[in-house]
Amino acid sequence: MYDMKALYEAESIEHAVKLRVEHPEAQIIAGGSDVLVQMREGRRAGKELISIYMIDEMRGISLDENEAIRIGSLTSFSHITKNPIIQEHINVLGEAVDMVGGPQIRNIGTIGGNTCNGVTSADSASTLHAWDAIVEITGPNGIRRIPIKEFYIKAGTVDLREGEIQTAIIIPKKAYEGYKGHYIKYGMRNAMEIASTGCSVNCKLSADKKHFEDVRIAYGVAGPVPMRVPSAEEFIKGKEITMENIEGFAKKVLDDIMPRDSWRASKEFRQHIAVVMAKRALIESVKLSGGVI
Amino acid sequence: MAQYKLVKCIINGKYTETMVDVRASLTDMLRNDYSLTSVKKGCEVGECGACNVLIDGECFNSCIYLAVWADGKNIRTLESLMSPDGELSDIQQAFVEEAAIQCGFCTPGFIMTAVEILESGKEYTDEELRKLLSGHLCRCTGYENIMRAVKKTMLKRLGKSVDKV
Repeated sequence: MYDMKALYEAESIEHAVKLRVEHPEAQIIAGGSDVLVQMREGRRAGKELISIYMIDEMRGISLDENEAIRIGSLTSFSHITKNPIIQEHINVLGEAVDMVGGPQIRNIGTIGGNTCNGVTSADSASTLHAWDAIVEITGPNGIRRIPIKEFYIKAGTVDLREGEIQTAIIIPKKAYEGYKGHYIKYGMRNAMEIASTGCSVNCKLSADKKHFEDVRIAYGVAGPVPMRVPSAEEFIKGKEITMENIEGFAKKVLDDIMPRDSWRASKEFRQHIAVVMAKRALIESVKLSGGVI
Repeated sequence: MAQYKLVKCIINGKYTETMVDVRASLTDMLRNDYSLTSVKKGCEVGECGACNVLIDGECFNSCIYLAVWADGKNIRTLESLMSPDGELSDIQQAFVEEAAIQCGFCTPGFIMTAVEILESGKEYTDEELRKLLSGHLCRCTGYENIMRAVKKTMLKRLGKSVDKV
């Protein structure tokens, strides 16, 4: 038995918004692999919960009329990895969420939960940042869509206001067309592990595959929230594909990232691996894009 | 004030209706209301896999799954594998033959994950199998034997030789 005060079950998005307005103190629960564990540990004990898990209209992946990829917030990690639209257009996202926890966690964990908990180590978050994802939020006043960068306010806090729930994550066509990317998770073991640092890189090459037209890079656990690295991106844009430029790009990440010491890893170690990860992930992205290095 | 909900679902092939306390986990419901004690209470925070069951063909740790979410679902536990005359299924028999059971506490969870793997009908590499089985902890550390039991059953079902496993 869980130590909860009450459970409100939402049957639709509209109903969930209504429940959120009626019970502003209640915690939203999607798959529960964070919320229930925290409740068991006593951190959320005695709280009211609003369960949105049974809202099937919030599951699934589709291409909308503008060919943007729409991922319902309750889509599980394993369904993202297996989805043909993801595999074709943004395979790195499927690979990244295939590193969350273990198989059973990937069946219950949702991409909405992974982003709404506001945690910097979330395996999906760095990739979503690196692909300019848009977060769709539904509330009493309708739907609003914001860039994922703005969704994260501070560690553990996201931009969900009174009565609102996150309903989808959208990757616009211009954000994925022509890009290929790679994600590296550094942890002490492969399964059931939280990233010491995670790095997601993607690039778009020029038509002759000799230059970087665009490169995007984002980290988890390089700061209080997942973050992009503008200095490195600016440095490499338009440059020729050479090992020297890739190494220069990797060193540039240190201008922007701000990792800290934690029991998982020291600040210095995180800075060291951040550079190595940037280099390796960009080399891999070049290869996936048909470039030679 | 206690809060209850009627949950209608299929458990091991049988349609059931249960009045559950909304605070219950699926582990609580399966063990307390249906005496399905193959569903073990291990860590109770979704890390060890001892409470693993199949829901609509996918593996879930039932300890971090609310019982009320079982409504409308098809749930299978280890108890569903035994044939009516009491014979073990191929995967259970393989666990016996490979000595993949020591204390036995992790076994039902491992076997239900093995069932999901086997039902996919695919042939996996050792590396893939390790990843697919990685959501379970065996504190007797008999992982090699478990791997062998799953691999042999997979190959047998695919009509392939198991001599070199």
